Amino acid sequence: MSSVVKQGAESAQKALSLYRQLLRQGNQFASYNYREYAKRRTRDAFRENKSVDDPRRIQELMQKGLRDLQLLKRQTVISQFYEHDRLVVEGGLSGKDGNGHGETLRQKDTGWD
Amino acid sequence: MANIAPSVLRQATRLASKSVISAAPRRGAPALSRVATTVSAVKSASAKRSYVTETKRDNAQAAQAETAIRLDKHELDKSGVTLSAQDGSNVAHVSPIADVLKNVTVMDEGQRPIYLDMQATTPVDPRVLDAMMPYFTEFYGNPHSRTHAYGWESEKAVEEARQHIADLIGADPKEIIFTSGATESNNMSIKGVARFFGRSGKKKHIVTSQTEHKCVLDSCRHLQDEGFEVTYLPVQHNGLIDLKALEDAIRPDTAIVSIMAVNNEIGVIQPLEEIGKLCRSKKVFFHTDAAQAVGKMPLDVNAMNIDLMSISSHKIYGPKGIGACYVRRRPRVRLDPIISGGGQERGLRSGTLAPPLVVGFGEACRIAKEELAYDSKRIKYLSDRLLKGLLSMEHTSQNGDPDHFYPGCVNVSFAYVEGESLLMALKDIALSSGSACTSASLEPSYVLRALGNSDESAHSSIRFGIGRFTTEQEIDYVLKAVTERVGFLRELSPLWELVQDGVDLSTIEWSQH
Repeated sequence: MSSVVKQGAESAQKALSLYRQLLRQGNQFASYNYREYAKRRTRDAFRENKSVDDPRRIQELMQKGLRDLQLLKRQTVISQFYEHDRLVVEGGLSGKDGNGHGETLRQKDTGWD
Repeated sequence: MANIAPSVLRQATRLASKSVISAAPRRGAPALSRVATTVSAVKSASAKRSYVTETKRDNAQAAQAETAIRLDKHELDKSGVTLSAQDGSNVAHVSPIADVLKNVTVMDEGQRPIYLDMQATTPVDPRVLDAMMPYFTEFYGNPHSRTHAYGWESEKAVEEARQHIADLIGADPKEIIFTSGATESNNMSIKGVARFFGRSGKKKHIVTSQTEHKCVLDSCRHLQDEGFEVTYLPVQHNGLIDLKALEDAIRPDTAIVSIMAVNNEIGVIQPLEEIGKLCRSKKVFFHTDAAQAVGKMPLDVNAMNIDLMSISSHKIYGPKGIGACYVRRRPRVRLDPIISGGGQERGLRSGTLAPPLVVGFGEACRIAKEELAYDSKRIKYLSDRLLKGLLSMEHTSQNGDPDHFYPGCVNVSFAYVEGESLLMALKDIALSSGSACTSASLEPSYVLRALGNSDESAHSSIRFGIGRFTTEQEIDYVLKAVTERVGFLRELSPLWELVQDGVDLSTIEWSQH
């Protein structure tokens, strides 16, 4: 009995760690929409499955989470390569940070003249 | 700009006469009050201010006014008049446009608009791109090469993708034909079936609806030139077709009925199941353009008796440049291929497949099936929020049936506002008044005209497309922006003034020119 409890605590620990990693990695998306989606989807998926207690199902979900983490690591890098101007809803300083001190790179003038 | 200049000048001089009053509170800020020197002053100020968000709007305003004045000065230099009046005038009111753009000028800072045109196309899901990357780099084999491993691995990936697409619509993988997109699928289905069965001269009739996508209507127009007869079914005021009218329109010599699943402009969902049943009972092929429906609502080709279906990849977060056509095998649908050649895809669409695109399309379908419930719930929530906010404004109405529409497509008419000018005023939001194909022309949408809407109403409607990556924050921003700008544009409109005075516009007799 105690081993089951121990196992449960261990997997909970693992799940929590994975959750944190996914959130942190998802936050690395340069694009606002992907970033918000990654965070929201992670949160909702963990919340949806929080009461799963079938060990096999937990194993499956953990595997899926790990695969998604790898995917996020790759895709966030790609997203950062092609970083573009920020969206109007994001606020803050627009454009990408330039090499100099406190200057911003203007990328493209959107909208009409 | 040239014809605005004189009026700006007039306003500037008028303001200058009042400048003693208006300039008084501004004296404290030297950078703004002396416009003649602002060109250099504002520039140096903006270079210094970099991380302070609070001052941005003020800064942008000055920049806007500055450009307006520079233009006028140019005009003035030509006419030889000196404009001493500029000094001390309230720069924000020099140009009426500057006021409109007060909030919009944030764009000058290089910020991108919010994307709210998901019916035109959708962003590629990072998961889809991740599945595609290996086929752009490592696995470059031709999927039709049977003699080596490079071909086999590509073929395996293509077949897996085909399986995912088939699963999404409840079909057999062998019934999926890859094409370049929904337009090609539509062309292939309609022209293919009509030509195959028209050859014997027995079946020379096609039924479609007036609100179909341009590519369906144009294919039918083309077939008319070849001697086919086409019935364009009218739709009811809510955008749905009348099943009784459809039944009456089907004749013994009808080859194919083509009705779209979800309309791209107003989002209404046609009763596919009933149409499918009707067509099956009359032994007529049923084609549906499901580009806007696949992956967004549950579809089953067998339950709905669909014989041909067009699917597009870039509407479900997949890559552009690929689509598919479902062609039923039992009972077999025979068609005349448009593209002939090496006999790929059962000979219906020859040409080498693009494995990266096919794999991306397959992955997009797999994700769409997996996330269908989650996405639908989310989009419904956002759509309700948007629609509630928009309809709470006065003189707005939703186009299409309020009960049978896909919540990701919200089409709203703002009376007494020109749709195109609203789109211009909302340049911080990427929107459209109708399908992307017709967005270049200023004609009112033929779909809205088919609903029986007036020209004015069709001109004043805007389509909001909500998708998987839309956030609540964006919806709130859009609601705020639309409310403000619609209010502003209405204030400019003389018609709005009449309406506010309680005049019924339909009773006015406009004088003839």
